[in-house]
Amino acid sequence: MSSQAHPLIQLHGLQKVFYTEEVETHALSNIDMEVRKGEFVSIAGPSGCGKTTLLSILGLLDSPSGGKYILDNEPVENLTASTRAKIRNQAIGFVFQAFNLIGDLTVYENVELPLTYRGMPGKERKERVQEALERVGMAHRRNHYPSQLSGGQQQRVAVARAIVGRPLILLADEPTGNLDSKNGHAVMELLKELHAEGATICMVTHDPRYAHLAERMIHLFDGQIVSEEDAMKMAELEESGFDVA
Amino acid sequence: MSLISLKNIEKSYKTGVGEIFVLRRITLDVRKGEFITIMGPSGAGKSTLLAIMGMLDADWTGEYHLMHHAVHALKPRDRMGLNRQYFGFVFQQYHLLDDLTVYENLEIPLSYRNVKRKDREAMVADTLDRFHIVGKKDLYPNQLSGGQQQMVAVARAVIAEPEVVLADEPTGSLHTSQGKMIMDLLKRLNDEGTTIIQVTHNEAWAAYGDRIINLQDGWMVE
Repeated sequence: MSSQAHPLIQLHGLQKVFYTEEVETHALSNIDMEVRKGEFVSIAGPSGCGKTTLLSILGLLDSPSGGKYILDNEPVENLTASTRAKIRNQAIGFVFQAFNLIGDLTVYENVELPLTYRGMPGKERKERVQEALERVGMAHRRNHYPSQLSGGQQQRVAVARAIVGRPLILLADEPTGNLDSKNGHAVMELLKELHAEGATICMVTHDPRYAHLAERMIHLFDGQIVSEEDAMKMAELEESGFDVA
Repeated sequence: MSLISLKNIEKSYKTGVGEIFVLRRITLDVRKGEFITIMGPSGAGKSTLLAIMGMLDADWTGEYHLMHHAVHALKPRDRMGLNRQYFGFVFQQYHLLDDLTVYENLEIPLSYRNVKRKDREAMVADTLDRFHIVGKKDLYPNQLSGGQQQMVAVARAVIAEPEVVLADEPTGSLHTSQGKMIMDLLKRLNDEGTTIIQVTHNEAWAAYGDRIINLQDGWMVE
């Protein structure tokens, strides 16, 4: 088992502060968490709680204002933009709510994109793309353009693009947010299968049905990690109009 | 000679109850350097017409000439080559990749045109300069406003110097002031010689063009 190995992701006292017109907003305060290899973790919480900010930092799309972020045993909180971009391309696969496919590239080309930044030989690229498309059941649509596919199919193509580079971790930001429940379900099944095959997944969602599919849930509230019990209490309070902040 | 010449273009779907037409007998000439606006209610076939012109949709009948190329007679692979050579695309939802920086997003079309790395760097640098976004090159799309994201998308559409820019509701997700910025940008590109074909619902933006094509239920109407 890999659980004896070091955690894939370690956050210690992570902070993110935004400054707007002399007001300090603590988007994330004092976040401590770990994600082990092969885990499927969901990050849940109401809108504005900091979920997406946390995922952006995990994905090296944003830097923390303070604290430590150790990715695969390497501190990454203070790297230069270009080093970050390189690690991000190699280590992280992203799935976004809005699919993020490019409309004038075919399914095949969209999936191939992350590999074109790696200087990988053409033959190997082809094999990888084919394998990823087969994995998500979209190989028969390789020459289609995104607009010729349903939302669920587009998201499967997006998942293929996320896994084609064999990343250390898959980050998914509300992957079912733009899908009807049937298609949303199919995409979640796909993520579950990938997890069963060994993928490490970190997913942001505010849909409790899907959050519970993960092995472990992290609850965020006003930029802090809270227990499940507290999260439920605060959600109830907030629903009744009580200002918990 | 026209840049684009469409003759009796039709597109339809077969369904259980019969054939449903999306486009009917579209005959249209676009000259080099024109700025054309396609308007019409939702479902009129505007985006489909744009996709056919840009060769993202190959499932239609009729005749399509792109300069001296008879598109209707070409295989899908050859159409793709033409699409890359002549067209740049702008979409309502920007279609930037959120996990790539502005710089990397601009590089995408070049990586699909086998441009050498060295030339690529120069072209991206020129484009960043031309669109005054040098300071944003290391930022990610989510760190930009909607208008700035669309500006990057327009920059990406023209980086490989296409003959024609096809823009499908380029301001549809933007506030008026940012929409105006994007329209001014398209106008500037047009003044510099790029042919523009846009789809819009907005009368004010339609007025930026030389000519309006009205579609209704798949037909061109006066």
